[in-house]
Amino acid sequence: MTYTWSWNYVWEFMPKLLGAFPITLEATALSSVLALLLGLVLALLKRSDRLIVSAPITMASEFVRRTPVLVQLYFIFYVFPTLGLTLTALAAGVLTLGIHYGTYTAETYRAGIDAVPRGQWDATRALSMRRRRTWLNVIIPQALPGIAAAQGSWVILLFKQTALLSAITVQELLGVSQQIGSEHFAYLEPTVIVGILYFAASYPASVAVRLYERRVAHR
Amino acid sequence: MFAASTFHALLSGVPITVEVTALGSVLMIASAGSAGALRLSRRRIVRMLSGVYIEVFRGTSALVQLYFAYYALPLWGITLSPLAVGVVVLGLNEGSYGAEVVRGAILAVPKGQRDAATALNMGRWAQFRRVIFPHAITIILPSAGNLLIDLLKTSSLVSLVTLTDITFNAQRLRLSSGQTVQIFGLTLVFYLVLATVIDLGVKALERRAGRGYRTHLAGGPTVWERLRRPLAAHGRQP
Repeated sequence: MTYTWSWNYVWEFMPKLLGAFPITLEATALSSVLALLLGLVLALLKRSDRLIVSAPITMASEFVRRTPVLVQLYFIFYVFPTLGLTLTALAAGVLTLGIHYGTYTAETYRAGIDAVPRGQWDATRALSMRRRRTWLNVIIPQALPGIAAAQGSWVILLFKQTALLSAITVQELLGVSQQIGSEHFAYLEPTVIVGILYFAASYPASVAVRLYERRVAHR
Repeated sequence: MFAASTFHALLSGVPITVEVTALGSVLMIASAGSAGALRLSRRRIVRMLSGVYIEVFRGTSALVQLYFAYYALPLWGITLSPLAVGVVVLGLNEGSYGAEVVRGAILAVPKGQRDAATALNMGRWAQFRRVIFPHAITIILPSAGNLLIDLLKTSSLVSLVTLTDITFNAQRLRLSSGQTVQIFGLTLVFYLVLATVIDLGVKALERRAGRGYRTHLAGGPTVWERLRRPLAAHGRQP
């Protein structure tokens, strides 16, 4: 049994499908901001000299990194309300993705910070700079350019991972495509088109990140 | 007691999770190894084809690919069992990430090694097997461990295409009992244990593969330092 592709059907559902794009972009933007901020905080806390700070943070990150995002998503969406904290599906999704990928961006920040030459640290000490100023004015500005491309790749990954939010009822691209499929009992077109949409958005972005990476590397 | 029954219900999903992860990892290793090596082929068309595979699987997420294989492919006459869908999609998906790791690792082998092998009159295959591979594998293994854990985590998505893995059972329990804290807390612990088993296994392999290698380079940069050098070069030396 083969099914014939119907363009009429595609034109019919296209406006509705594209209408979900803003939700996907919103989820991507919010979770990226959260992941990039949280990652920096985690990277700094992990470097703390005090074991009482660094050890629990390291262990918690490891726990988050070793368990599936989908289960974490269910945990935050279904368990938090029983603890008296009810989040909208979108908020729960953004929070989960932000925390999960924050533990990954933290590792990228760490690599960037490690790459700042030792002499820079020695110089801040020689100038008796305070710790806060050392980080904000010397270390972080030098650590960021080298890792911007890698962090960009995490943002692209987050864009694709927002598809998971359909599992907790968020009406983003994938969720809407499946809804269209079930309404018309025809999954082929919406499923294929949604895949093309994700690819069409993420591939150029990844090419841009690669070009930027090459430019920075040759500077 | 309820906790015990939750434990058993979740435990009954472990075989499926392990099966998808184990079979998926075989496919992942095969596709990562071949696509990664073919990306460096002398023939342009071969390089392009493996590039298309890598970009297509990296350009969309595993869930979209799962739905495609589960809902769309049957309409084109290709019907796979849910297990086959899970294994094929997840294996190829993680394999596309692995291919880039393999490619990078092969490129990271110092050129002198290749020259030396050529000087010893080794054929292309002998060079790869006896010289390039032993070097590359020490670089690949740490990333392979991460990809395997990733595969384990992504296997939770098969619960959305009706496979009764750990996550599927957790959802079923939620609907029947509503004891969400216990159910999802325990589910996370199950995955943590499985991921830790994988981590320890890969670490053991890393020690084995690294035997003799690091001592040989004693005093010189380790594999990781060599890999990180491009990044370190950005900092401007005074």
